[in-house]
Amino acid sequence: MTQSGITSATGRLAAVPEKIALTLNVNGKRVELRVAPWTTLLDALRDHLDLTGTKKGCDHGQCGACTVLVAGRRINSCLTLAAMQEGNEITTIEGLARDGELHPLQQAFIDHDAFQCGYCTSGQICSAAGLIREGRAKTPDEIRELMSGNICRCGAYPNIVAAIQQAMERS
Amino acid sequence: MIPFQYTRASDVADAIKQIATDPSAKFIAGGTNLLDLIKYDVAAPTRLIDISRLPLRDVEQTATGGLLIGALVPNTDLAYHPLIEERYPLVSRSILAGASQQLRNMASTGGNLVQRTRCFYFYDATTPCNKRQPDSGCSAISGINRGNAILGTSESCIATHPSDMCVALAALEATVHVTGPAGKRTIAIADFHRLPSNTPHQDNNLEPDEIITAIELPPKGFSTNYSYLKIRDRLSYAFALVSVAAALELDGDTIKEARLALGGVAHKPWRNTAAEAALLGQRADAGAFAKAADILLHGAKGFGHNDFKIGLARRAIIRTLDQAARGTPQSISDKKVR
Repeated sequence: MTQSGITSATGRLAAVPEKIALTLNVNGKRVELRVAPWTTLLDALRDHLDLTGTKKGCDHGQCGACTVLVAGRRINSCLTLAAMQEGNEITTIEGLARDGELHPLQQAFIDHDAFQCGYCTSGQICSAAGLIREGRAKTPDEIRELMSGNICRCGAYPNIVAAIQQAMERS
Repeated sequence: MIPFQYTRASDVADAIKQIATDPSAKFIAGGTNLLDLIKYDVAAPTRLIDISRLPLRDVEQTATGGLLIGALVPNTDLAYHPLIEERYPLVSRSILAGASQQLRNMASTGGNLVQRTRCFYFYDATTPCNKRQPDSGCSAISGINRGNAILGTSESCIATHPSDMCVALAALEATVHVTGPAGKRTIAIADFHRLPSNTPHQDNNLEPDEIITAIELPPKGFSTNYSYLKIRDRLSYAFALVSVAAALELDGDTIKEARLALGGVAHKPWRNTAAEAALLGQRADAGAFAKAADILLHGAKGFGHNDFKIGLARRAIIRTLDQAARGTPQSISDKKVR
């Protein structure tokens, strides 16, 4: 058999599923791409659209480094398929600054030195943008609870909470 | 990830038709558990049928005064729904005790019911696990079983059901609405999840070609005297070692009705009606709560690392009932013990 494919349990060659054509709306731009059906939104952003600001940490929804906003709501981009997000408005860390001005959260993270290695930072900031939009967190305890999906192994948590408080007050 | 096909269902009937023609296909809604399982080689569907765009996102009042929750209502939307916060705060608190806000934004109400255990060995495809691979053995019974079950276990499996929301649903006697090729049916939440017995690969009584369309809450929400307490290895974003949903109806300090369900201790949300019955007519105090705890935990069995759960569950039951009786439910964000 000359057809390329993968061997199934019965030993027959199964055809590799075809790539699918998708339209996503990323950071205000309409983008078209062809991806394998099993491509996560995270991999589509990083590998197909070259938006590497969104980080792959654990790839299992445990660390929050891949957090992006879909229609303003924060999600883990590693646990959704690009195909499932067709037509949705996606905002990544690259889409937060406006007209050359940092997003208030980006500025607050700098003001408060809210990172060390920086690997979790884009996820932290996107998550915090979602948090502020939700309007559920008011106190530091509530910020910590509702940011618990973002792990910082450098342990910059106190400064992250302070940065979010600053951005929250100014928003 | 392994290769699979991706299709969308146009309506519930189409979803059922698609899954009937392809037994190795799976529905995907939020995807937060299923995609993780595929990445770990625990699930290997040949096709994912995307049901996330089906119109199952409403929360409606029923004619009998209850609430019908569409299966695709995201966990966050349900937890913050005004009718849930006001009339069923136990459901709201239990949802917010689980996962992270990102995951709750994605995860669906129906999917929450059918999420799979987080037993380490179930997730580790290199080890024997009767739930993942029937008749291969159970690695947890003699392995690292700190998170595993103490009630309703079998020689085949000591996995726990990981949901927080389902613990509240069990306490409130919710009903699961499903549709299959033969039509619609309802399943009481108590009959939805199964005990492991010698068929731990079957988590629940949903047929492979059925789809959950809604969850129904009965009129009674116990919105005055309730609490959901979750004990875990870190204060947020971890699965329960033990969790307790308690709901009381009081006449002065006498208990008129009691509901008590536990998470993190069994293959299904664990409710014991004998323990509830023992509370009826009693004064809402530590003595009565301890008696109910002892009835519920009678026959509980540890497997080494999780022996501590029996004592922990006893104290958690007493505390949660006390919080419910006082009308001071466990705070979601302030976990300090006072």
